[in-house]
Amino acid sequence: MGKYILRRILWLGLVLLAVSFITFSLMHLVPGGPWDREKELAPQIVENLNIKYGLDKPFYEQYINYVWNALHGDLGVSYKYQDRSVTEIIGTGLPITATLGVIAFILALVIGIPLGMAAALKQNSVIDYVAVVFSTVFASIPGFVLGILLVIIFSVWLHWLPTSGWGDWRQIIMPAFSLAALPAAYTARITRASMLEVVRQDYIRTARAKGLSERIILSRHTLRNALIPVVTVAGPELAFLIAGSFIIENIFSIPGVGRLFVQGVFARDYGLIMGTILFYAFAVAIINLIVDIMYGWIDPRIRYD
Amino acid sequence: MFNLFYRAKKEVTEPETSSRQHHTLWGDAWVRLRRNKLAVLGGSIILLLALAAIFAPLYLKYDFATQNYDAILVGPSTEHLLGTDELGRDVFSRLIYGARTSLAVGLFTQLVVLMVGLPIGAIAAAAGGRVDNLLMRFVDIMYAFPDILLIILLRAIFGGSIFMIFLAIGLVAWVGIARLVRGQILSVKQRDFVAAARAMGGSGAYVTLRHLLPNSLGPIIVAITFNIPRAIFAEAALSYIGIGVRPPTPSWGTMIADGNNVIYAAPYLVIFPAIAIAILMLSFTFLGDGLRDALDPRLRR
Repeated sequence: MGKYILRRILWLGLVLLAVSFITFSLMHLVPGGPWDREKELAPQIVENLNIKYGLDKPFYEQYINYVWNALHGDLGVSYKYQDRSVTEIIGTGLPITATLGVIAFILALVIGIPLGMAAALKQNSVIDYVAVVFSTVFASIPGFVLGILLVIIFSVWLHWLPTSGWGDWRQIIMPAFSLAALPAAYTARITRASMLEVVRQDYIRTARAKGLSERIILSRHTLRNALIPVVTVAGPELAFLIAGSFIIENIFSIPGVGRLFVQGVFARDYGLIMGTILFYAFAVAIINLIVDIMYGWIDPRIRYD
Repeated sequence: MFNLFYRAKKEVTEPETSSRQHHTLWGDAWVRLRRNKLAVLGGSIILLLALAAIFAPLYLKYDFATQNYDAILVGPSTEHLLGTDELGRDVFSRLIYGARTSLAVGLFTQLVVLMVGLPIGAIAAAAGGRVDNLLMRFVDIMYAFPDILLIILLRAIFGGSIFMIFLAIGLVAWVGIARLVRGQILSVKQRDFVAAARAMGGSGAYVTLRHLLPNSLGPIIVAITFNIPRAIFAEAALSYIGIGVRPPTPSWGTMIADGNNVIYAAPYLVIFPAIAIAILMLSFTFLGDGLRDALDPRLRR
């Protein structure tokens, strides 16, 4: 197990290095530079700025410098907000994006798992039908479309919730739900399918034959086994949530990392773009690692070599 | 296995197949697909929308770009079926022309995906060994990228026309197909008919093109069907944040973004394109589910 984790971490380091290299190269292909303004800057100023930020050095030297600094927690400077470092900017957006992501993730599980369970336990009932419709519809409606429809219903028509912003709990409801709907639908679908599979297994019949109460069969045997596939997809789902949050953040004007990224692209803010992409890649990789380790813990049949 | 022989026969003796209906792989799949009501519904909606979009200039009363300052933000009426936007443009016309954008993005990105993903997956599987390892590690690295962010970055690099949007989305979406093609070919490779083709002296390229690829096609078609709505979503998202298609070309994403500015005055400007996206994506899901049940041999009993 220790060896497996170590190997995974080494591989993660390699992947991040590759991601940073590809992003770094791509960024330098974006036409125009960070000093393009409505009013053109004098050539001498541009040259001085380039020297100040090391943009006059050859490409590989810039890259090596960047990686070296990044390893020390310094993701460079933002060219747009020149008084703040990228680490600092991402640091202010991160708690917001993380809060939104975690709330949406919990919401997805809290909606998805019970819905899938109820559907499977009462197969072909009204609940089952509702669950299937729910999971089909919400699995194919993009979060931002849902977000906008929610805004129209709850802000424009009913005046219950504010359209955008961040800080108040009422401002979290709509973005969290828009973000959670798709993973909730997925979770419900997978929980249902895997429960239906598990309740037909011999060990459930055995448990019933030896006189265990239905409640214990459900909690100790059915659920524990049925939730294994749910954990498998939880990792990619959480990763999806984090990446998906960028457009939701834009719709609801939430000052998270995703919105920073979009602003960075518009301003050709190399430092900020690079930092956010690395941050996302890192977050996704770490989540997948954690899920894989948890997987071995939940399902002892799995052995890593 | 048996399906394959029927297919071989069909080429030689035509009457044989006409007396025994629907025993080819695709014939069977077609029958199964037609029995699936939701898939038929989804397919019909897509077809209808495609026809409506293609023949738009023939029946639409208004152009998508003509601005009428005497009719700004007019609600839905008989004159303007779905109303007009903040520049006095007909929303129904823009919606139909927007479908052109969405469907074009859906289809052409998949062309890019196939042109990149198919060869890479096929080469990895056919070559095996170090080549396979190298290509698949590259795919792993691409997977580590948050895809929508990479699309945005590529979009910033390519700039310009709608074709560059196809390219940007396609160059990010191919990895899934490459993995799938590789997996499919590796599993088909083990089958007896491939060994037979090899034994009869078929070269590597011949076996790959004539036997491995065609027999892996089912799941690839299914995956493509599910990829299309994702590409449509990506374009809508790009247009929504303002780096998608250029105005005045209508895109449902742009329409939502523009409508958002006047959401209190004219919520219908946002509702119609949002519902259009939802319906189109749902249709592709239905069709994809149907195709999967009809084509994916693993689900067949």
